[in-house]
Amino acid sequence: MNSLIMIIIGGALINNVVLNQFLGICSFLGVSKQMKASASLGGAVIFVITIASAVASLLYDYVLAPLGLDFMKTIVFILVIAALVQIVEMFLKKTSPAVYKALGIYLPLITTNCAVLGVALTNVQNGYNFIECVLSGFGTAVGYTIAIVLLASIRARMNEKDIPAPLRGAPIVMIAAALMSIAFMGFGGLSF
Amino acid sequence: MKKCWERIYNGLLKENPVLVLMLGMCPALAVSTRAMNGIGMGLSTLAVLVLSNLVISLLRKAIPDQVRLPAYIVIVASLVTVTELLIEAYLPSLYESLGIYIPLIVVNCIILGRAEAYANKHTPLLSVMDGIGMGLGFTVALTLAGLIREVLGNGTAFGMRILPESIEPIGIFIQPPGAFLVFALIIAVMNAIGIKTRQRQLVEKDCDGKCATCAMACDNPEAKKGGEQA
Repeated sequence: MNSLIMIIIGGALINNVVLNQFLGICSFLGVSKQMKASASLGGAVIFVITIASAVASLLYDYVLAPLGLDFMKTIVFILVIAALVQIVEMFLKKTSPAVYKALGIYLPLITTNCAVLGVALTNVQNGYNFIECVLSGFGTAVGYTIAIVLLASIRARMNEKDIPAPLRGAPIVMIAAALMSIAFMGFGGLSF
Repeated sequence: MKKCWERIYNGLLKENPVLVLMLGMCPALAVSTRAMNGIGMGLSTLAVLVLSNLVISLLRKAIPDQVRLPAYIVIVASLVTVTELLIEAYLPSLYESLGIYIPLIVVNCIILGRAEAYANKHTPLLSVMDGIGMGLGFTVALTLAGLIREVLGNGTAFGMRILPESIEPIGIFIQPPGAFLVFALIIAVMNAIGIKTRQRQLVEKDCDGKCATCAMACDNPEAKKGGEQA
C-alpha cells in the first residue's frame, strides 16, 4: 500500500513532470497565461494521461511483450494516444457536453503533449504492473496540473509588474518556473 | 545553390528552432546538463529531421491532405525507432544519458512543425537543407546551454576540467532549475542585443489572437483580450 501512495506522491511532487522532467513544457509555458484555461487543461490532462497509461500498460503486457515487439512501443503508443484522444473527445461530446465545452480546444492539443507519451514509456521502463501504471499516470497528471495552475497564478501577478525590457515574455516566465523548480526540489526529502 | 545556404542560415540564426521559434523546449531543457549530451541529442534530432523532411517531401503528392498528420506521425515514429536502435547499439553511453528523451523525439514539435510548415510544400533537396539548418540550429542551442550549465554546475567543459578545484561549482545549474534559468538568460541576452524571438515579432506585427492554441509566452495585451473571448 505504501509503495502505491509513494508512486502517486512521487509522480505529483517529487518527480514533478514539468519542473523536474521537462515534459509538456510547450503547453506549460503557452497556456499558463490564463488561470481558467490552465485549470481546464489540467483537468483534460489528468483524464487523458490516466486512461492512456492504462491502455498502454494493457497493450504492452498482453500484446507487445508476448509477441517480442518491444521495439515497436514508441510507434504503437503514439498512435494509441492519438486515437484515444479522438475517442475521448467524441465520447465526452455525446455523454457530457458540459465537460466537453469546458475542455474545448485543449483536448485535441494533448496528443502533442509529450508528457502523455513520456509517462507511458517511463511506466514500461520501470516495469510497473497495471495498477501501478494507472496510479503513476494519475499522479503525474496531478503534478502537471499543480504546476501549471501555480505558474498561471504567478503570471497573473507578474502582469502588473514593471519587468526589464529584455526579460519580458518568455524569459521572465522561465525564471519564475526555475524558482518553482527550486521549491519543488524540497519535496525530494519526502519519504514514507 | 544560394537557396540551400539560405536555408542553413535560416535554421541556425534567423529562425533558430529553440531560441527564436521556441519549439522543442522539452528535450532542450532536459538534456542540456552536459555539452556532450547537447551534441548527441542535437545530432540525433538532426538525423531524424533530415530523413523525415526528405520522406515527407517525396511523398507530399501521395499523402491525402485529410490524413497527413497521422501519416507524418507514423513516418517520424518509424525513423525515431530506427535511430533509437542504432544509438543503443553503437553509442550505449549516449543512450544511457539521454534515456527516455530519445523516443520522445517523436513528439518534438520541431519535426512535425517543419513537416507541416516546409517539407510538404517544397522539393526534396530544399527540404533536406531545411532539415540540416534546423537540426544544426537545435544542436548549437543545446550545446551552448549544455556548455554554460556544465561549466557553472560542474566546472568542466566537454568532460575536461577547466575551472580550478578551489572554485566550488554551483550545483544548481546541472539540476532542473538551472535549465530554466540558463535558457531564460540566453533568450534575455538575445532580446537585449536585438535578435527578436518570434513571440516578440508576433507582438509587434500581429497575431491571430488565438492565445489558447499558441505556444508563445507573449505578453500582448491585445491578443490576451482576443484569447479570452475565443
